[in-house]
Amino acid sequence: MKVNCKECDKELNVPDDAVKGEIVTCPDCGSDFEIVSVSNKKVELKTAEKVGEDWGE
Amino acid sequence: MSDICIVYDRVRWEEKELSEKAIKLGHTAKLIDGKALTISTHDGSVSNGFGDIVLQRCVSHYRGLYITACLEFLNMKVINSHSVAEICGNKLLTSLHLSKANVPTPKTHFAFGPETAADVASKLGYPVVLKPIVGSWGRMVIPVRDRDVMDSMIEMREEMPNPLSKIYYIQDYVERPPRDIRTIVAGDRVVTAIYRYSAEGEWRTNIARGGKAELCPITNELEDICIKASKAVGGGVLGVDLMEDEKQGLVVHEVNNTVEFKGASSVSTKDIAAEIINYAAKMAR
Repeated sequence: MKVNCKECDKELNVPDDAVKGEIVTCPDCGSDFEIVSVSNKKVELKTAEKVGEDWGE
Repeated sequence: MSDICIVYDRVRWEEKELSEKAIKLGHTAKLIDGKALTISTHDGSVSNGFGDIVLQRCVSHYRGLYITACLEFLNMKVINSHSVAEICGNKLLTSLHLSKANVPTPKTHFAFGPETAADVASKLGYPVVLKPIVGSWGRMVIPVRDRDVMDSMIEMREEMPNPLSKIYYIQDYVERPPRDIRTIVAGDRVVTAIYRYSAEGEWRTNIARGGKAELCPITNELEDICIKASKAVGGGVLGVDLMEDEKQGLVVHEVNNTVEFKGASSVSTKDIAAEIINYAAKMAR
């Protein structure tokens, strides 16, 4: 599935088995996006949360 | 068969694997975005749709901790419980619980002011290891090799806005091989154990820092210590980390509450996700 980067407009390839909540990274500008929805091979993205001080295991 | 709910804030390999494995094992699985949740003390309706058991998998410690508190308020069973998450998410509390239960751990010292922190380190003798009490992936874990570095670290931490940065967790520097051991425990069973080797130019062994995994045999000693450590913090699905101290032998230095297992899965002969789902299904009954 293809979608354009919200930051630099580069085309991103999203794997067909991607699910809502997964993170995709733009190979060009490095921005992270969270998948908001996947339907009929169409993907909607939003800017992903930044890594927090409390993130981890 | 159980209705299993996985609460996430970003779906990583682990959450996808848990969801797929649950379905393969005949359960129903639902992924719920923790960021989209709202919960009220006056309305129990949020508990509808959470199924028989919840696997708390938020990568943000505090988000996971407080969502778990709310779900428990709504009488949901959550793995891990709020109490376990609170203990494991705080290195000071973890050390206290491990030590109280006579689990071998590195000697650890706490100080609550800048002068006492410097005094403790001087009395111990350098090097010492300075760790934040909340944090993961080896972030801000510093080997302090002399007084100058200690003073700089203290000055820096006193300037940080987070009040937890002024609680000093100082641990003896453990002489060990360039690896540690990560075990994954589900209930009273050690599912798998791996060695984690530091990446080149890195002293920490975290897979998140490029550490490499290798299968580690589960000896009786390793199993006993891990089960004891797991019980000491309240039990559940946990990542127990150990070092091979040249003086003390195996010592537990950390117990992880939202254990990542992608690295372990790449070398383990066990199906870690399936073992976690089996444990969750057992707890749901």
